[in-house]
Amino acid sequence: MTPPAIHIQDLCKTYSVSEREAGVLAALQSLIHRKRQEVPAVDGISFDLVPGEVVGFLGPNGAGKTTTLKMLSGLLHPTAGEVTVLGYVPWRRDRAFLRQITLVMGQRNQLVWDIPAIDSFELNRAIYRIPTLDYVQTLNELTELLDLGPLLRKPVRNLSLGERMKCEIAAALLHRPQVVFLDEPTIGLDVTMQRRIRAFIGEYNRRFGATVLLTSHYMADVEALCRRVVVIHHGRLLFDGELADLVQQFTAHKTIVVQLEDCRADLRSYGEVVSCSDGSFTLRVPKAETAQVTERLLADLPVIDLLVEDPPIEEVIDNVFSQGET
Amino acid sequence: MRALADLYVQQFKTTLASTLQYRASLVIWMIAHILEPLVYLIVWSTVSNTNGGSVGDITTRGFAAYYIVLMLVNHVTYTWIMFEYEYRVREGSLSFALLKPVHPIHSDIADNVSSKLITLPMMLAAAAGLALIFRPSASPALWSLAAAVPALVLAFLIRFLVEWTLAQSAFWTTRVSAINQTYFVPLLFLSGQIAPLSLFPVPIQVLASVLPFRWMIGFPVELLTGQLSPLQGLIGLAAQAAWLALSIVLVRIVWRAGVRIYSAVGA
Repeated sequence: MTPPAIHIQDLCKTYSVSEREAGVLAALQSLIHRKRQEVPAVDGISFDLVPGEVVGFLGPNGAGKTTTLKMLSGLLHPTAGEVTVLGYVPWRRDRAFLRQITLVMGQRNQLVWDIPAIDSFELNRAIYRIPTLDYVQTLNELTELLDLGPLLRKPVRNLSLGERMKCEIAAALLHRPQVVFLDEPTIGLDVTMQRRIRAFIGEYNRRFGATVLLTSHYMADVEALCRRVVVIHHGRLLFDGELADLVQQFTAHKTIVVQLEDCRADLRSYGEVVSCSDGSFTLRVPKAETAQVTERLLADLPVIDLLVEDPPIEEVIDNVFSQGET
Repeated sequence: MRALADLYVQQFKTTLASTLQYRASLVIWMIAHILEPLVYLIVWSTVSNTNGGSVGDITTRGFAAYYIVLMLVNHVTYTWIMFEYEYRVREGSLSFALLKPVHPIHSDIADNVSSKLITLPMMLAAAAGLALIFRPSASPALWSLAAAVPALVLAFLIRFLVEWTLAQSAFWTTRVSAINQTYFVPLLFLSGQIAPLSLFPVPIQVLASVLPFRWMIGFPVELLTGQLSPLQGLIGLAAQAAWLALSIVLVRIVWRAGVRIYSAVGA
């Protein structure tokens, strides 16, 4: 069996946060005695990724996703538990380890602001000691895949957010990392640019066999790229499995869209009527009753068209998170 | 070693390109670097003239030589890392540096040296201009000028490493500016900036020689203006070597402890 590219076992990270009440008196008190509170950000999660896998890492804000990614990339020291990436212990920040990974944070940038991206790329070439031939080849591939041609020679500060993100991603991948951590790589980008970046990540994974762990609030990213998702909430693991199973496990309903002549019919006896426009009814029915309701609809009504769907993935995730709250 | 040289060359290109984007700020920095020693020069020239042409054993034109050379030495050895580090830690840009397979101090040294290569010609021109006005006089021996070369390199390294170490305090506190102020006062007095150290009482001179400050600025200036005997020059170089070794140890210890804190509280 191939060893996992990423191995996490009972991983914990607790932050010690100082806190005080509002007001001058509390401020003075805190000068002498600081109250500290232990806040668990990651609370005993375990999962493995096999080499070449693309996994979506989901959770609401503050769930512990970024903390986990930082522990995996060696920026944070775990409080407890075990973590290895490509066989290395990340926080030791072994140079051989750092040469094989990358972390892209959608909200932060590493490119030098005032100069063209190509100059920052050259700097990364020197830092990662990329042989010139490999560098030229990778740069050409990335330029083609991300359509960077016209952007490379403009100062980074003159690029749009989407253009800058493409350059950031290229800068992070010049050394062809085997493990790629992507933290919200499409945040703030328009739909076209999101699709572009998404397609690129998929292509990078196929071409170089890289292992990718991706966090995103855009479910379209996850649906397009990840068969498997890991969901965490309040630092705990809620789900680890195929995206399709997540939908199965966390949805009790299906959506039936029925096209009739108009909206006059009363369909409340078939299920919960969510909406109707131009004769197109959207019904929510318990999953177990779907077949029976569909049959009745077709038998009872002059149906023009009928469609049975799973609820949108956003709704499923919302369900998962709200179940995590209880 | 070749890989490191490549890194330094690339960093030089990057710094050159970024620095030239901000020509105005470059000029403002240089004016500040010229003005400060110029003020001391004017003050000491005035004192010297009213005192019959010298203070202690330094003549008016001796002061001119001392401060023009000090302006250049200070420019060569100064760093801005202490102002920058707090921002790096707070904004998290240090995280990117930690993800790179090379110690971040290399980028900082390369950046500093590159920036100096750009500004030094202009500082030399300013020094020539001041020399025309203030007509300095100094007669350093050849050995003294030769010894000033390693002394200047060592001075740069010591100052860089000490200030880089102090910059690491950003890992522990978000009020680095208070620490900077505490550092700048003794630096100003004990490095020979506010007055040549030979004018201070002996206990202060001893203190200045024990602490690192004289070895960062004053010592190369004293060599370049021919104020030292060969023995004093030799002792000085030995003291610099000792401080260099100590500051390397210090940097390593503080950096390791700092990164441990950084990776414990959240990067």
